[in-house]
Amino acid sequence: MASAVLALSLASSAFLVHTVDQLRDSTSPQEMLYVSSPKLLKRLSLGYEGLLADIYWTRVVQYFGGTHSRGGGTYKLLWPLLNITTQLDPHLIPAYEFGGTFLSAKPPDGAGAPDLAIELVKYGIQNNPGDWHLYYDLAFIYYDLRDYRHSADAFLKGSQIPGAHPFLKIMAAQMAEHGGDVATARMMWTTTYQTTHDALIRANAAAHLRALQVNDDIMILERVVERYRVQTGRFPESFSELEAARMLNGIPLDPMGKPYELEGGGRVVVSDPADLPFIEKGLPQGYVPSAIPRLVPTN
Amino acid sequence: MPAIEILSLEKIYNVGFWRKRAKRALRPLTLTVGDGEIFGFLGPNGAGKTTTLKILMGLVFPTSGTARILGMELNDPRMKAQIGFLPEQPYFYDHLTARELLTYYGQLSGMDGKQLPSRVDAILDEVKLTDSKNVQLRKFSKGMLQRAGIAQAILHDPKIVFLDEPMSGLDPMGRREVRSLIERLKERGKTVFFSTHILSDAEMLCDRVAILNQGELRGVGGVAELTAGVHGKVEIVWHGSAIPSAIRSMGAECHAAADTMRAVLPEESQGLALEALQRDGFRLISLTPVRSSLEDYFVSQLDAQAETVQVPTQARSN
Amino acid sequence: MNNRIFQIAINTFREAVRDRVLYNLIAFALLMSGAAVLVGQISLQIERLVVINLGLTAVSLFGIVIAIFIGIGLVSKEIDKRTLYTVLSRPVRRWEFISGKFFGLVGTLVVNTFFMAIGVFGALAYVSHHLERSDGWVLLALYFIVLQFMIITALALFFSSFSTPIFSAVFAFCLFVIGSFAGDLRNFAAMAHGATRWLASTAAYLVPNFSALNVISGVAHGQSVPLQLVVLNTVYALVYTAAALSGAVLIFERRNLK
Repeated sequence: MASAVLALSLASSAFLVHTVDQLRDSTSPQEMLYVSSPKLLKRLSLGYEGLLADIYWTRVVQYFGGTHSRGGGTYKLLWPLLNITTQLDPHLIPAYEFGGTFLSAKPPDGAGAPDLAIELVKYGIQNNPGDWHLYYDLAFIYYDLRDYRHSADAFLKGSQIPGAHPFLKIMAAQMAEHGGDVATARMMWTTTYQTTHDALIRANAAAHLRALQVNDDIMILERVVERYRVQTGRFPESFSELEAARMLNGIPLDPMGKPYELEGGGRVVVSDPADLPFIEKGLPQGYVPSAIPRLVPTN
Repeated sequence: MPAIEILSLEKIYNVGFWRKRAKRALRPLTLTVGDGEIFGFLGPNGAGKTTTLKILMGLVFPTSGTARILGMELNDPRMKAQIGFLPEQPYFYDHLTARELLTYYGQLSGMDGKQLPSRVDAILDEVKLTDSKNVQLRKFSKGMLQRAGIAQAILHDPKIVFLDEPMSGLDPMGRREVRSLIERLKERGKTVFFSTHILSDAEMLCDRVAILNQGELRGVGGVAELTAGVHGKVEIVWHGSAIPSAIRSMGAECHAAADTMRAVLPEESQGLALEALQRDGFRLISLTPVRSSLEDYFVSQLDAQAETVQVPTQARSN
Repeated sequence: MNNRIFQIAINTFREAVRDRVLYNLIAFALLMSGAAVLVGQISLQIERLVVINLGLTAVSLFGIVIAIFIGIGLVSKEIDKRTLYTVLSRPVRRWEFISGKFFGLVGTLVVNTFFMAIGVFGALAYVSHHLERSDGWVLLALYFIVLQFMIITALALFFSSFSTPIFSAVFAFCLFVIGSFAGDLRNFAAMAHGATRWLASTAAYLVPNFSALNVISGVAHGQSVPLQLVVLNTVYALVYTAAALSGAVLIFERRNLK
C-alpha cells in the first residue's frame, strides 16, 4: 500500500513540476539572474566565483540559444548575464567573443547594442592585456558598424601584442585602405569562420559568407541576363533559355542549393529568402523579412 | 604516607539563570585513606560521592580545599599513571573493540608498547571478556561494559583503584565477580576506594567507610566500630499466641508462627520485655541479638540529620 | 607526550573513518565523473576551466562541511557521552587532548583531500586527454584549501570546547562566510570613521583571512601563485590555528566536566 502511494506521489510531483514550468513560461529577469548586482554576487560567492562564472556562462549560452530557437528577440538579458559572468571571472575569454558578436548583431539575431558590445570587449582587453583575440573581436564590432578607422586601429593595437597572428597587421592595413570593400568583408568573415571555436559564431560567419556569395552570384547573373536582353531584345523567362543560348552551363544554384529565380524585369532573386539572412541583393519584390529569425544553419 | 589525603575539600555550584543561587555539592570534607585499605564511600544518591571522585580525578575543580593522592598533586601526571578510575555507568568509544580500547588506554597510560598486547589479553581474560575482545563496544551489554570499565581501570596495574558505583546495573553473578575482584586487588596490595549506596556490599568488603549525606561527612571509621555505637535489636521468641500488654505498648514488631510468637525490640527494652513475659507467665524460648548493621548506623545518621534540620531557627531576642 | 597526542589523533581519525565520513568520496567521485562527461557539451573551449573550478570548489566545500560537522562535536560529544572521564583520569594533559583531536581531524581531511585530488586530476586528464605543466598549480590551490581546513577545524574545536554543537556550527559557519570576504571588510573598515571603523577593523583582522587562501579561479586559468603568498599564507594559517587552539585549551583547562 505504502509503495503504491510512493510511486503515485513521485509520478504526480514530476508531472506537476512539468505543468508549473509550462505555466511560468518566460522566467522573469530577476529569477534568471537571482542577484542583479555583479559585485554583490561576487561577495556572496564566498571565493567560489570561478565556478559561479562558469555557471552563468552556461546560462548565457542556454539563454541565447533558447531565445534564438523560439524566434529571437531583443535578448534583453544578454548584457546583464554577460556582465555578471565577466565580473565574476574577467578571464573567461569565450564570453567576450560571444558578447562581441551577439550583443552588436541586430535583432532578431542579436541584442542590437553595439555600444555595450564595445564596452564588454574593452573590459576584456583591460583585464587580459596579453590576449590579441580580443582586439580582433573589437575590430570586428567596429567593422560591422562601418567604423573602419576604429577597426583598423584595433587591428593595429592587436598586432603589437607579442605572439599576435600576423594577419592582424595585414587586416590593419586592409581596413585602413579598403574598409568598405567586399573583399575585406570576405576576409573578415572567413577569418572568423576559421578561427572561432564557438558553433553559433561559426554558423553566423557562414551565413554572412553565404550572403556575400549570393551578392556576387546575383551580380554576375544579372550581367548575363542583361547580355541576353541586349542580344534578344527581351528579358528571359527562365534560366533554361539562358542555358539554351549557351550563356549558362546549367541552372544556377544559391549557396543553400536552391535554384535562383528570375523575376520580371531581369531581376534575379533567391527562391527562399528566409534561408539566406544578411543578403542585400536578390530579395524578391515586396519581400518583407519577417520578425521571425532566420535560421542560422550550421554546415 | 596515606594513599589519599583530602583536606577541607569544598564544591559550590552556582546555578540558576543568573548563576546566583549557590548549590553546595560538597561541604568541607576532610578524609584520609590508608595504603592497602578497601575504603567504602557511602551515601544516598546526590550525597556528593561522585562529586568527590570527580574532584580527585581532576575532572571538576574544587571551590576550596586540597587533596593529595600518593602524596602528589591532583594534576600530576606521575600520580595519574598510578591510579585507575571506573566511572558510574561508564561509556566508551563505541566504535572501538574491547581490545582496541584497552590498547589505546594502555598507550595513554604510558605502558610499554611491547608488553601491551599480552597485558591487554591477560586483563581481558581476568574480566572474562576474551570472547568479545574483537567485538565493537557499541554491541556490548551493560554488564559487559562494566567489565570493560574495570579492565581499563586495572590495566596499567595502578596502586589505587577508584570505583564509582561498581555494582550498578549488575546481576547478582556480576556483583559477586566484582566483589571478588576487589578482594583480589587488596591481596595484591592495592588500595581500593569505591563509592556505593548498597550498604551490604560495603559491610562485606570494606576495612573503613565514610558516610556522606547532602554533601556533608556524617561519619567515618571501621565498620565494626561504627556499628558498635548503634543500639541494635533483639529478637525474643516465646510460646503462645498472645502478646503481653507491656510489649505491645512498646510498639514492637510481632510475628505469629505455629504456636510461637516472635518480637523484635530495641536492645534497651530487652529487660522490660523479659520482665513482662515472666510476669504474665509466658514461656521464653529464645533471646537473640540481631547484630546492628551498617544500615542501622546509616539510618540513624540520616535521622539525626533530619532531626537537626527540623529544629526551627529562632532569632535571639535576649 | 608526543605519543599521547599521536594516539589521540589516531583514535580521532579511526572514529571518523568508522563513522563512514570517507563515504563522502563516493559522492565526490560521482560529481566529478558526471561533470567530466557532461562538460564537453557545454562549451568546448572551457572544459579544463570548468573541471578545475568545479573540482576545487567541491573539494573546498565538502571539506569545510566535514570540518565543521565533526569539529563541533570533538569536545562536546566526549563531554556529553562522558568518554572523557576515563581518558583524563590517565596521565593525559588537557592540552594534549585538544591537540590530539585537532591533528586527528586535520589528518582525516588531508587523507580525504588526497583522494579527491586524484579524482580532480583524473577528470582533468579525461576531458583534455593530457595534463599540462600549469596544472601543477592545482596542487598549490589544494594546499591552500588544506590550510583553510586547518583554520576551520581549529575554530570548530575552539567553539566545541565551551558551546553546544548547534551554536558551534553556526559560529564556525559564520566565520567561514565572513572570512571569505575579509578583504572587502578591511576595505570597508578603512573607509569608515569613528567607532564603526574601530569595530570593523577589529572584526576584519580577527576573522580568518580566507579571501587570500582562495586561488581557485586563478589556478583554473593556469595562473601561477607567487612564492611570497605561499609562505605568508602558510605562516598565517599556522599562527591563526595556534591562536584558536590556545583559546580552546585555555577554556577547556578551566572547565568543570559535568
